[in-house]
Amino acid sequence: MSYSLAYKDFGEAAILIEWPQSIDDKILLDIINFKEEIEKKLDIHHIELIPAYNSLTVINHNKDIKLQGLKEELKRIYTSVNKNIIGKQKLWEIPVCYDETFGIDLEHICEEKGMSKEELIQLHSEAIYTVYCIGFLPGFMYLGGLSKRLETPRRETPRLNILKGSVGIAENQTGVYPQDSPGGWNIIGNSPINLFDINKETPCFVKTGDKIQFRGISLPEYKLMQVEIEAGVFSIESKWIQ
Amino acid sequence: MIKILKPGFYTSVQDKGRYGYRHLGVPVSGAMDQISYRLANKIIGNDDEAAVLEFTMTGPMIEFESSTVIAITGAEMSPQLNGSPIENNRRYKIEKGSILSFGRLQKGFRGYLAVYGGIQTKKVLKSASYMKNITEAIRIEKNEQLPLVKCIDIEENTFFVKKIEDHISTQTLEVFKGPEYHQLSDRQLESLFSKEFTVAKENNRMAYQLEETIQPHPYSLLTSATLTGTVELTSSGKLIILMRDGQTTGGYPRILQLTEKAIATLAQKKTYDKINFKMKVIF
Repeated sequence: MSYSLAYKDFGEAAILIEWPQSIDDKILLDIINFKEEIEKKLDIHHIELIPAYNSLTVINHNKDIKLQGLKEELKRIYTSVNKNIIGKQKLWEIPVCYDETFGIDLEHICEEKGMSKEELIQLHSEAIYTVYCIGFLPGFMYLGGLSKRLETPRRETPRLNILKGSVGIAENQTGVYPQDSPGGWNIIGNSPINLFDINKETPCFVKTGDKIQFRGISLPEYKLMQVEIEAGVFSIESKWIQ
Repeated sequence: MIKILKPGFYTSVQDKGRYGYRHLGVPVSGAMDQISYRLANKIIGNDDEAAVLEFTMTGPMIEFESSTVIAITGAEMSPQLNGSPIENNRRYKIEKGSILSFGRLQKGFRGYLAVYGGIQTKKVLKSASYMKNITEAIRIEKNEQLPLVKCIDIEENTFFVKKIEDHISTQTLEVFKGPEYHQLSDRQLESLFSKEFTVAKENNRMAYQLEETIQPHPYSLLTSATLTGTVELTSSGKLIILMRDGQTTGGYPRILQLTEKAIATLAQKKTYDKINFKMKVIF
C-alpha cells in the first residue's frame, strides 16, 4: 500500500519524511524500500539517510542542492518505489548467555512474573524481533516484538555502569548494550558479539529493518566464543527470511 | 610534534566531524564552534577539514618541538607566545622550542588552535574528532605528544582576519521551526520567544540544558532522528539543545532547530550565560 507522507524541513540541511505514528512492520518495510530507492537514484556521498520507526531523515551535505528541489526529487522517487515488494529480510542470530553471572536482574523478574528461568529464556529467545532503529549509542538497536509476558518497567534508579554486551528489558523493549554505559534497563544476560566494531568498514553488521533472534548459550560456550571473537575467527550467522 | 605541558580544563582533537555513520548511532562530533574552526584553518591556509585542538574554559600549555605556523580563534583566553601576548585571528610563525600558554578567559568558552597542515592524529571512521566509544582517547592528557607535518616556509604575520560579524558575543540564537513546533501552545510559544534563558550547569559537548522551563506537555513521539542544534522539550517543560556529541535519535518533541551560526554561538556559552531565541526570517 502507498502511504500519505509528510515532508518537513528540519533545519537548513535536512528533510524529515514521516509515515503514520505507529509501530508497524509494513511501515518500516516501506521506509526501507524508499531508502534503498533513494540510494539507487541519488548521489549518496552527499546525503545521509536515517530510518527509524515511522520516519526517514534525509541530511544533505551538498550546499549546491536546495532543500525545496531535493524534496520534489524525493517525492518523485517515492512514486517509483514498488509498494508490493515484501523483500527478503536478514535474520541475525545473536548468542546470549543467560547465566546469573551476567543476568543480574533475571531472578527478580522471574519472581515478579511467577515464571521459571527456563520459561523466561524461552520467551525471550523464541521471538523474532524487528530492528526499528539504531541510535542512543553506536550500534544500539531499538527492537520491537518482546513478549507481553516479559514487559518490565525500567529500574527506578539507573545503574552507573552496565557491562558491554548486556541484554536488557525495559517496558516493551529489549536490546543489547554495545558499549559499557549507564542505563536503567533490567539485565537478563550478555552477548559476546561486538555489535559495533570501529575496525570494520561497516562497523555495525545490523541494519534498521533487519530481524534479530537470540540464542541461549552456556557459560563455557560464551567463553569459547569470546576467544574466537578476539582471534577474529568467529562469524555471526544470518539467514534470509521471507 | 607538539608536547602538552598542561592540558587545560578540557582539550580534545576535533575536525569538521564524522559524517555518514549517524544511521548506526554514531554522533557527528567535530568542533563545537565550526565558524571559529573554519576560520583557524583558513588563516594558515589549511585544508578545510584539518584537525585542530579545541580547548574549553582554560587553554593548554604547549611546547612546539618543531617549527610550524599557528592561528588561534574562538574564545579569547589571553594567549602568550614565550611569555609575550599574542592575538586571536592572526597567523604566527613558531620557532622550535617555543611555548604557547593562555591566561584568563575574556570572552566565549571554546578556543581553537590550528597548526600548519593540521594535527596528524589517527582518523577513526574518517574523522580525527575525539569521541567516547569511537576513538581511543577522549581528551588530551599531560605530556602527550601530537604529530604535525613538516612545515615549509610561509611568510610571517601578514594575514589578519577582521571579522565582519561577531557570533561569540551575541546572546540571540536564531532558530527554525522544528518538526514538532506545531504541538506548542500559544502560551508555550509566548514563553519561548519572550523569555531570557540561562545556560544550566548541565552543558557539555553532548547537550546544553536550560534552567528556565516552559509549560509541561503530554506529547511523546516514536524515536526519530535528531540533529546538532535540535531543541528538545521534555514532558516537564525542560529545554535540551543537542550539540555535536549528542545522541543521533530521541523521543522528545523537536520544537526548534538552531541555525548553523546559532550552534556556533551556543558553543561559546558557559554556565549562567543568558540566551534568547529568535525565529529566523526567511525572505
